[in-house]
Amino acid sequence: MNEIIPGSGANGEAARDGHSSAPAKLGYSPVAEIPHRLRVTDTDPKAARRAERQVAGMFTLSMVFVMLSVIAYVLIDKYTVVYIPVLGDVGASNVVLGFTFGMAVLLIGAGAIQWAKKLMPDVEVVQERHDMVSEKEDDNLAAANYERGKEESGFARYKMIRRSLIGAMVLLPIPIIVVLRDLWITPPGENPTEILSTTMWTKGKRIVSDGTYMPIRPEDLPIGGLVSALPEGILEVQEEEHNLNARGKAAIILVRMDPEQIRSQQGEGWDYNGILAYSKICTHVGCPIALYEQRTHHLLCPCHQSTFDLADSGTVIYGPAARDMPQLPISVDEEGYLIATQDFAVPVGPSFWERDKA
Amino acid sequence: MKFLTARRRNPFVAVLLLVAALGAVGFTFSAVSNIEPAQASLGSQTQVEDGKKLYLEGCSSCHGLDAQGAMSGPSLIGVGAAAVHFQVSTGRMPLAAPGAQATAKEPIYDVEEVAAMSAYISSLAPGPAIPTAEDLDYSDADIAEGGVLFRINCAQCHQAAGQGGALTQGKYAPNLMQATPQEIYEAMVSGPQSMPVFSNETLPVKDKQTVTAYIMALQESPNPGGLSLGRIGPVTEGLFMWVAVFGAFIGAAVWIGIKAR
Repeated sequence: MNEIIPGSGANGEAARDGHSSAPAKLGYSPVAEIPHRLRVTDTDPKAARRAERQVAGMFTLSMVFVMLSVIAYVLIDKYTVVYIPVLGDVGASNVVLGFTFGMAVLLIGAGAIQWAKKLMPDVEVVQERHDMVSEKEDDNLAAANYERGKEESGFARYKMIRRSLIGAMVLLPIPIIVVLRDLWITPPGENPTEILSTTMWTKGKRIVSDGTYMPIRPEDLPIGGLVSALPEGILEVQEEEHNLNARGKAAIILVRMDPEQIRSQQGEGWDYNGILAYSKICTHVGCPIALYEQRTHHLLCPCHQSTFDLADSGTVIYGPAARDMPQLPISVDEEGYLIATQDFAVPVGPSFWERDKA
Repeated sequence: MKFLTARRRNPFVAVLLLVAALGAVGFTFSAVSNIEPAQASLGSQTQVEDGKKLYLEGCSSCHGLDAQGAMSGPSLIGVGAAAVHFQVSTGRMPLAAPGAQATAKEPIYDVEEVAAMSAYISSLAPGPAIPTAEDLDYSDADIAEGGVLFRINCAQCHQAAGQGGALTQGKYAPNLMQATPQEIYEAMVSGPQSMPVFSNETLPVKDKQTVTAYIMALQESPNPGGLSLGRIGPVTEGLFMWVAVFGAFIGAAVWIGIKAR
């Protein structure tokens, strides 16, 4: 059936214009070099009729699915949930609407492709392109237009206009250079090193738990306990600054362990009866961390698996973080609530350009 | 059943079966020899004695004869009834085999026995108690508020949709989709294994109820949009898109390009 018949050069001429839609004749190939292979539907009328029925069947089925889609929209309550194996519990309306309408669109496309592949002519043709170079007279016309424009505008004649226009074009980029001056000149009070090195924590600032914003007493925190915490008044500062920078810098976690298990700290007596406060911001690229394992005292960053040992000065014991987790020294005030005794001794969060190498 | 069938050749199963068989024999014997059933109210003297008996049979080899702890198991003095109920009723204890973490499995002890062991451990020293029905009632709790507290305190390990996640060195935070309100409460107050303690002082009972309400809402929420893909977000969604959907596109393109026979 699929015999390959070499084309004959003499017959190729007719199809060269690229618009020939003449049905392929047996053994006919418009291009000499390409052997044309006939399809089953070209040689067997029965197969051609079968393909015709196939394509028409797909289009008809598409109509059926459209009808089903409309019926499903009317009949199925949008809150009905059904269990479908593999998919699990899903909304019946969404699944049926998606499936029926999707099938309707898919079948139109598939039918069209099947039609083109099996029944439309598939002879190989060559479409000639025109030359890439413009015609000589087009070139001349463009050049003449340019000359005429130059003459009529008087660009060569009006010296003052020409020079002032050149001057205006030269000065135009100056504002761009001026607004980019921040790249090398820091306006007063906006020193990035200062901004990134200080947080809201000051001596005597109360520690409140995140979410409830209630101050914390040391006896509230059992051994093995964990609290995500912030400085008191964080919400007011956030509102004033219209951003979350203060929260991002000041976020801490409080953990409590048996004082005997604390091997070292970043400062003498920075804990309070076994309660330690560490920054919540990873020193690698600044993800918030609270994956604290109370038995191993390890703090794991979910982003890149940096692991810090909070019983040992917050040292990096695994992963890409280069610096220890900064510790916040804490104590209690006269009312018995936990407070910070100073700001962090080192900048929190990831490294930045101007940061001291420490 | 599929779960069991798939794991019946697991090497731990032999150990588990042995423990279960020995336990069954032991309990049958004790049930026969001890005619009086353990009907006493919580914390009564007989319950404490029954609990001690069960403790000595099932737990003391690792946790020590007086629950003081040993090389292979931590001290249980002061852990409270909540910790015992959580560990034993979820099947985490007794341990089937040493490993990075005790996994939840079919519980070995029944409700009475767990209550007896809880009574014995809480008689040693005070600790977090088993929550009352009132503690666990989350019917009036604010789910949205629970979601905020869950994302601050729980999502870092258990994932924002409660699907669980990996910790260090083979440990993991379990999926919460099967957890009951009592288990959630007990885990928070007792801090099982790697989990930190969220005491009733730092996370009051009212807030625990909102967190529970949020987890229950997660458990009950269907997936109206179709496949949940594990509800772990862009990783599985992206993988599905690149492999399944783009694969289908490439298949369609190949079909369009192939010359008909």
